[in-house]
Amino acid sequence: MGNFLVWVVWIFAAGACIASAVGVVTFKNPFLSALALIGNLGSLAVLYLLLSSEFVAAAQVLVYAGAVMVMFLFVIAYIGPRQEAPWAGGPRWQSFAAVLAAAAIFVEIMVAIGLKAGGSLAHSDHVNATFGSPGWIGRLFLTDHLLAFEITSIVLLVAAVGGVILGSHTKRLETGA
Amino acid sequence: MLGPGIAWYLGVSAFLFGVGALGVLLRRNPLIVLLSLEIMLNGANLALIAFSRHAHNGAGQIFALAVMAVAASEVCVGLGLVVAIHRRNLELDVDRLSELRG
Repeated sequence: MGNFLVWVVWIFAAGACIASAVGVVTFKNPFLSALALIGNLGSLAVLYLLLSSEFVAAAQVLVYAGAVMVMFLFVIAYIGPRQEAPWAGGPRWQSFAAVLAAAAIFVEIMVAIGLKAGGSLAHSDHVNATFGSPGWIGRLFLTDHLLAFEITSIVLLVAAVGGVILGSHTKRLETGA
Repeated sequence: MLGPGIAWYLGVSAFLFGVGALGVLLRRNPLIVLLSLEIMLNGANLALIAFSRHAHNGAGQIFALAVMAVAASEVCVGLGLVVAIHRRNLELDVDRLSELRG
């Protein structure tokens, strides 16, 4: 019974994930694309929960669906929604080559997974209750992965400085030049 | 492990990565290119977390969180660029913005 329930939840979450990802790429309106991406991130959080990664699922909803997507929606509202067909612009061979390249990437990864699916990927260990909990993640971050934790803060600081510079520089150019 | 095996999750992650790559290559609007880039990053994140669960190892989840921080930084700089381009009244089209001259 538990197994069946997990399958049902998985099928719904994976279906929503795939459908919303296709929506992001095919919608003409950038606003709808951003909303579809929020759905994509939410259903991915459900998949993370099924993989018993509670903290990453919570961070996904808070950081991505919360903070990052609000920033996206602000910028789309600032620029104004402009309609654009997915296939518009550029020569025809370019869109054809894009579809071909993306399909090649997908097929290549699927072949690699398919070759391993029966072997080493078939059996997963059982995990204990602390796996994926905030305390467990925090202990890992402050012991084994302390350098990654500190470097992440530097990356975020540099990005914030870059954002401020990009936002203020153009105004000076407009008035000065 | 209840429910689908790791290979199913990896299949979804491969599809997300492929669709994201298609969006990056196909679309002309830099905003949609950034959104598609997020899909690619999330496909990689799903694979990392699936392998973390499979190997019972926390490094995958730590790396997924680091990817999230990098994605937030990338959005910050990318949206700054989009707003800067818009302020200078240039057309938002990645094909037209092929020159680095001011």
